[in-house]
Amino acid sequence: MSSALLAEARALCSRLGAWRDRPLTFMEVCGTHTMAVAKSGLRTLLPETLRLVSGPGCPVCVTPVGYVDHALALAALSDVVVVTFGDMMRVPGSAGSSLLRARAAGADVRVVYSPREALTLAHAQKQKQIVFLSVGFETTTPGVAATLLEARREGVGNLSALTANKTIPEALSTLAASAELRLDGLLCPGHVSVVLGPEVYQPIAARFGIPCAIAGFEAVEILRGLAALVDQVAGGVARVDNCYPAAVRPGGNPKARQLLDEVFEPCDADWRGLGVIPRSGLRLREAFAHLDAARRFEVELPEPVEPRGCRCGEVLRGAVAPDECPLFAGACTPEQPIGACMVSSEGSCAAAFAHASEDLA
Amino acid sequence: MCVAIPMEVVRVDASRGVVRSAGVELGSDGNLVHASNVELEVRLDLLEDVRVGDYVIVHAGYAIQALPAAEARETLAVLERLAGR
Repeated sequence: MSSALLAEARALCSRLGAWRDRPLTFMEVCGTHTMAVAKSGLRTLLPETLRLVSGPGCPVCVTPVGYVDHALALAALSDVVVVTFGDMMRVPGSAGSSLLRARAAGADVRVVYSPREALTLAHAQKQKQIVFLSVGFETTTPGVAATLLEARREGVGNLSALTANKTIPEALSTLAASAELRLDGLLCPGHVSVVLGPEVYQPIAARFGIPCAIAGFEAVEILRGLAALVDQVAGGVARVDNCYPAAVRPGGNPKARQLLDEVFEPCDADWRGLGVIPRSGLRLREAFAHLDAARRFEVELPEPVEPRGCRCGEVLRGAVAPDECPLFAGACTPEQPIGACMVSSEGSCAAAFAHASEDLA
Repeated sequence: MCVAIPMEVVRVDASRGVVRSAGVELGSDGNLVHASNVELEVRLDLLEDVRVGDYVIVHAGYAIQALPAAEARETLAVLERLAGR
């Protein structure tokens, strides 16, 4: 690290270390922040009075098991190709199966980096039905919207999306109101804020009196965000500090928001660990109903069953640390995950598992 | 996952663009490494008026934000130092 950055990191750490008044609990909400915190060993640099818990910012982790069951049922149809982001592949469904196992058993499941690849595949394989597993927050959903708008413009008849898209501000309000957590500050996600703008957290700061700070993804940027939160607590104020101003502008990205709004509308959504949160999900608007895989294909779905003994739900709302789960690192590992938090590299359990040895070193 | 590395736009064709990792990129292990000038096709549907020479943040194949060139170069310089030699 350069000397200027190192000096800044040291200065930030000593500023944080000077906090002695009372124990504080901050939550980092973004999966990439969770990874960066684990990887940098940042928790070990924080004073004992400062507790940093991980929130529900890993899209795969908060997707309920019933969605995985639905995806598996579609993958079992003979003319369907299921297209998904990679971290969905190993998430177990109710019966312990996964898309990875379904593929090994002959289902056509493809991993992509962008939703746009599903459209390309739909053009290339006209005799197949392409189903895109649309999971993600406001960062990802505008790209899905753009892909579906393009598909509609081109009259593509063999592409659809199985949606479980979610919105962050509504989940944060639920966490902010939680008596279980009693949060003192929220480290808000960088790229969700790029799309939405910093204003979306204003109601949380105002209504719940919880300081908010938007941070970038490098360790030093996260430290800046934490220092901004401590400063707000010390000053007895609760506002939204934008510590990632190069990318996060007032109003966010208007065009991304416009496309999102054209294709999707709010709906109640089920979050693993948090339950149903009103208007925290996005579903396709009626004008795009013909692109909804849930309507296009009729499949029978089992009653969803969460894995036994798994405490993912509590981990996701920051109520327990990953190593407080009896399955952690024993029955549940990244190789043989039982809960979704161990599957995705952004999951709290996977991040804690991957970097546990470094924290001890 | 969110990758916050600015990419330089080298070609624009309506809603399609080609970006180049300038300076640093993410290695296969998720750590920053020095870039090998990899070019990547991205969609520009989510931004207005992207031009060659602009820097953008890319998420899941779509550019989600344009960055002022000066700030992007500054960010890249910091990330390059983090990548080390």
